[in-house]
Amino acid sequence: MSLLLDIFTVVAVSLGAVFFLAGAVGLLRFPDTLTRLHALTKADNVGLGLIVLGLLPQTERPLAAVKLIVAWLLVQLASGTVSQLIARTARRTEPPA
Amino acid sequence: MTFALAFDCGLAVLILAMAIWTIAARTTFPAVVGFVAYGLLLTLVWMRLAAPDVALTEAAIGGGLTGVLLLGATSRLRATEPPAVSERPSVPFRLAVAGLCTLLSAAIAAVVLLLPDPAPTLAPEAAAKLSLTGVGNAVTAVLLAYRALDTLLESAVLLLALVGVWSLAPDRFWGGAPRSLALRHRDGSLSLLGQVLPPIGIVLGVYIVWVGADAPGGKFQGATIIGAMWVLTMMAGLQTPPEISQAWVRVILVAGAAFFLAVGIAGFWLAGAFLAYPTGFAKSLIVAIEVALTLSVAATLGLLVAGPPARPVRT
Repeated sequence: MSLLLDIFTVVAVSLGAVFFLAGAVGLLRFPDTLTRLHALTKADNVGLGLIVLGLLPQTERPLAAVKLIVAWLLVQLASGTVSQLIARTARRTEPPA
Repeated sequence: MTFALAFDCGLAVLILAMAIWTIAARTTFPAVVGFVAYGLLLTLVWMRLAAPDVALTEAAIGGGLTGVLLLGATSRLRATEPPAVSERPSVPFRLAVAGLCTLLSAAIAAVVLLLPDPAPTLAPEAAAKLSLTGVGNAVTAVLLAYRALDTLLESAVLLLALVGVWSLAPDRFWGGAPRSLALRHRDGSLSLLGQVLPPIGIVLGVYIVWVGADAPGGKFQGATIIGAMWVLTMMAGLQTPPEISQAWVRVILVAGAAFFLAVGIAGFWLAGAFLAYPTGFAKSLIVAIEVALTLSVAATLGLLVAGPPARPVRT
């Protein structure tokens, strides 16, 4: 059972890392602010989500698992708001492509 | 082991690269962004060195608060940016700066490398006397019992910094409110965040202050989070910065340092020395001082971000 959980952790965290890598590549390669933001939010939402999901079986106490999930939710809230702010500022200041 | 070593080496290289980028950036904004990233990397380094107290402080003050202050400075300096960039200092001047910086770095490196092994430490003594203070976190014991004077002066320095910022105000605005932090274009998502996050942030800040007595945490880290929540509500346009001449503002600002000082002076009679705590009351006094300081530090940090008064006093 613990081997299965370990495999699950490795797979989920690796997948999360792939999303972060893709997000970073997108941030560097995409042409304008909105598409870069699009790449970045995938890393924030799915990448961090997968990493948290992968780490859940490794927690020793339920409280630690709750803390991980709360951290993910807080990042969701913050990154969602920041993306909105950046996108609106970009739309006001950058001419539409 | 080798994986940890590779991680540490990667971290060191990244930090050096970030530091060089921050210095080499020609304009203010990229330099500030580099500095914030540098602070976050430094947080990871402190975690690797098993110093979570310092890591928390670095993340809150070094990465977060200083970053916000510098970003504020950047937006105020935008008008002066082009002339500042076009002005290139002379070659001898730059050589002198480089030479002196190299000398300073070399001196620090030499001091670190020439430390006797094992390095002299008071840690065992500090840990042995921990039970006398009643707190379980050695860092808190150092900050508020063994070296309480340093912390007292630190809280006074923070007030001085705020007085320095206020003194930039033109005479006609003295005593008035700082300019509003709200965005020019009101944003629904920011005002939602400004309403949802503060209850969570304030509870988290209070928790970090409270747990600081026995685990990594403490007033500065907690106060930064609480102060950040105040700044967030001001940025979301839900609150406006208060007039700095109001009595309650001044009282909150000095409450922490004043209470700390009062406990310190009372120590002369109750425990025989300045800043000495009477036996058996050390922990309760330490927690009381931390609570008072938290309020003051949070208010000071929020007003530091708000900046100098920019409106006349309302009559």
